[in-house]
Amino acid sequence: MSSIRIKAKDRKGLVDVKCLMKHNMETGLRKDKSGKKIPEHWIQDVSAESNGKTVFSAAFNTSISKDPYLSFAFAGKKGDSLKISWKDNTGATDSAETVIK
Amino acid sequence: MKKIISQVAFGLLGLSVSAAVVAGPSEDRAAFQKFYENRFPDTPVADFQNGVYSILPAAREQWEAIEEFPPYELSIERGEEIYNKTFANGMSLASCFGDDGAVREKYPHWDKDRGMVVTMELAINECLEANGEKPLKYKKGAMADVSAFMSYNSRGQILNVEIPSDDPRALAAYEMGKEQWYTKRGQLNFACADCHMHTAGMLYRADTVSPGFGHATSWPVFRAKWQEMGTLHRRFAGCHNNIRANPYKAQGEEYRNLEYFVSYMSNGLEFNGPAARK
Amino acid sequence: MDRRSVLKIAGAVSAATATVFAMPRMAFAAYSDAIFKQKAGADALQNAYGANATTPSDQVKLKAPDIAENGAVVPVSVETDMEAESIAILITENPSPMAITADIPAGTKAMVKTRCRMGKTTQVTAVVKSGGKLYTASKEVKVTIGGCGG
Repeated sequence: MSSIRIKAKDRKGLVDVKCLMKHNMETGLRKDKSGKKIPEHWIQDVSAESNGKTVFSAAFNTSISKDPYLSFAFAGKKGDSLKISWKDNTGATDSAETVIK
Repeated sequence: MKKIISQVAFGLLGLSVSAAVVAGPSEDRAAFQKFYENRFPDTPVADFQNGVYSILPAAREQWEAIEEFPPYELSIERGEEIYNKTFANGMSLASCFGDDGAVREKYPHWDKDRGMVVTMELAINECLEANGEKPLKYKKGAMADVSAFMSYNSRGQILNVEIPSDDPRALAAYEMGKEQWYTKRGQLNFACADCHMHTAGMLYRADTVSPGFGHATSWPVFRAKWQEMGTLHRRFAGCHNNIRANPYKAQGEEYRNLEYFVSYMSNGLEFNGPAARK
Repeated sequence: MDRRSVLKIAGAVSAATATVFAMPRMAFAAYSDAIFKQKAGADALQNAYGANATTPSDQVKLKAPDIAENGAVVPVSVETDMEAESIAILITENPSPMAITADIPAGTKAMVKTRCRMGKTTQVTAVVKSGGKLYTASKEVKVTIGGCGG
């Protein structure tokens, strides 16, 4: 199952998007129970695409909280598709797609 | 009226009130609620379900921002999966609690046959064990997730804890919980009432302490401090640790009776769990 | 709409694709260590936007609490009516102050909301890149240690 949860609602032609991405956003400073440092592991890039066009993109570091939350809004309408993807520092990616309500 | 005043006065002095006093639980509850209404006149009664956010506008704004997409939603999802997972014997938690687990309003209740208070988390483990499954730990993890799922589907149900008049042991359990609430303990010598009643709304270092009225409505909770879900008994134990008292066992008699008292005191409010808290 | 369908809406439809790609198909805002592991905010801005001269503007609306409930999860939002190409958030006292840069294509509202980690009391600065220039709004967010932990 995707790590990304999306809520996308058409409010009079402006699509309000709220998304939550399940990710620990490890800073690399935390230690596990045995005292070993937990390596840094965080989402670096997020991109949102609707009807083939990029409608939002962001880059960030571990100043963003665990389970990153992003909210943005773009011109669009109910029934359009919305795809959100992320890439983390290990090169891993994930994405989720939904239909705008 | 005089009985109610003396009841509250006893409470304020931190003395435990024996069952010999004439005023009973429903008078206790009316006085309890009145105390908080008087202390926080600007807070609508129903809003006490939101804990400290019902009395602190600056914190409420942050809470509302978190509620835009609360972290407990991930817990509800996990809870749903566990709830619908088939046991080895073919049954599931749904077999015990129904398709959506919307049974929050049934707990806590007095079990006449066994002579004890039964809470929702206890019932969850009893269902598991009755079906040959391993019981879950009571404070966090899977138990908190399942409780979150069931509580979410129960939102809007009204607290209506009963103390059956035909079983004096139920009243005794209530009185034990009440004594817990008002009795000082621990190295810091605090009673629940000291913080959550007498000084509700005041600061302890950088924490504003929440009013006791409304305490039982919103569990389990995603607490920012824990960065995960936790149950009511986890918080009871945490609070006892804070006042340097030995915590009681989760789902042991003390905490179940305390939950019984605290829930009864919030009768009439809506269940609104799971919730995000500081 | 009832509670259960709210959850279903929030749920994602496609399966996870947690594989390693050398070049992702979608355009990303381009993370780089030069921006996001940069200890000086001014240098981070320079590397992100090619400039670091900023002008305070009351058209940049920054919303963040005066006192954070919990430094691990501080809601921050930035919005402006100006034509914005990009929005950034700087958290001065964090090890690498540049927390996020968000690119705003045409047709997208100049707004971003997120939740930030703040290790201690800090200035938080919203930066809006508009017409090639950088406009800012700034405020202090107090981060305290609680009192009733556990």
